[in-house]
Parts: sequence; C-alpha cells; structure tokens
Amino acid sequence: MTPLLVALGAAVGAPLRFAVASALDAERFPRGTLAVNVVGSFLLGLLVAAGASGHWAALLGTGFCGGFTTYSAFAVQTHRLGWRRGAAYAVLTIGLSLAACALGVVVAQA
Amino acid sequence: MTYLAVALGGALGAVLRWALGDAVPDGGGFPWTTFAVNVSGSLLLAVLPALAAVRRRHVLAAGLGPGLLGGYTTLSAYSEQTRTLLAAGDAATALLYLVGTLGACLVAVAAVSLVVPRAAGDEFAAEGGDE
Repeated sequence: MTPLLVALGAAVGAPLRFAVASALDAERFPRGTLAVNVVGSFLLGLLVAAGASGHWAALLGTGFCGGFTTYSAFAVQTHRLGWRRGAAYAVLTIGLSLAACALGVVVAQA
Repeated sequence: MTYLAVALGGALGAVLRWALGDAVPDGGGFPWTTFAVNVSGSLLLAVLPALAAVRRRHVLAAGLGPGLLGGYTTLSAYSEQTRTLLAAGDAATALLYLVGTLGACLVAVAAVSLVVPRAAGDEFAAEGGDE
C-alpha cells in the first residue's frame, strides 16, 4: 500500500514541478525550479509539524513533496550557471528552502 | 504525452527513493540514504545528455530527467532533515549535511561534465531535460 501512495503522490508532484519549471525557468536563472523547491520544503515542514504519519506521510510527504522538489535538477542547473550565478542560485535555494521549511513548522504549530 | 512520461517516471523514481529509505532508514544522525539518493540522482542527470537517444526524443528526456531522476531526488527532505538536526541542537551535523550534499552533487556533476560535451548538455536543457 505504501509504495502505491508514494507513486500516486509523485505522479502528481513531478508533472506539477515540470509545468512550473517549464513556464518560469529562464536560461539565466531557473526561478521556476527555485520556487518549486522552496514551496515543497514549506509544505513538508507543515506536514511533519502537523503530525502527518503513515499513509498521509507516504502520499503527501515522500510522494508529493519528494516528487515535486528535486535535487538533481538543482545540482545540474547550479553547475551550468557557472561560478557567480551558480553560487547565488545555490545560496538562494538552500537558504530559502530551509527558511520555508522552518516557517511551515511555525505555521503548523500556530 | 510529455506530462504522462514525467508522471510515470516521477512515480517510479519516488518509489525507488522510498524503497532505499525503507531498506536503510536515515535514522537520527547524518541522513546517509537521502545523501546517497541525491548524489547518485544528480550524477545520473548529468550523464543523460551523453545518450543521443535521450537528446533526440523529447518524451524520453522528460520521462528520465524531470520524471525519474526528479522524482528520485528530493530537496524537501533535505530541508526538513537539516531543520530537524538544527532543532535537535546538532548544528555541526546539519552544516556538514547541508554543505556536504551540495558539494558532493556538484563534484559528481562537474566530473561527468568533463566527458560530456557542453553542446549535449545545452541540447538536453533545451528539451527541458534539466527541469
């Protein structure tokens, strides 16, 4: 049951990421992928702090949030952007994602 | 058709990530399993442009890049694990994990790019393979 829920969540999350990235990513800066990773981190923080477990965690956490966000595209894009823009992109992605995740926890506990 | 390929690939990649986490749970310290997933997924995404069949077929590029490897790797778990380590007062492990994952992924991608021509990567990116 659990792998099916993970697959289902990712089957929605991955194409949603692809749609946002295709629409917003620019050659000079992948702002769509950045937005996806920040929003996905916020949602996972929210879910974890809300106490999601079992089937819900598999579907929405491991499946949707995991499939929605991506590290592989982030790493390849960072490399392609070169030192200056790549560093800015990496710092923004990691900093904003971590902050968004913490914000998700705060919102869930409020 | 492209979106279907991304959905199918994403589902498969996520289940693969889940299976690895189920077999070797991350536990309380350094999240080694997620680390390995993100580094191997980044390396494979850098390898994809080397395959001519993937570069030429949009559906294949989307299904394997944004689909399979996008679903396999995760940035949300990386954020949440780092936050959990920080909240537990283990700032050293959190920082090591944060910087270590980024560093290892970039080294993997850079190493692959030494053998894969830049033009192949450009073509792959133009197909939306790196989203």
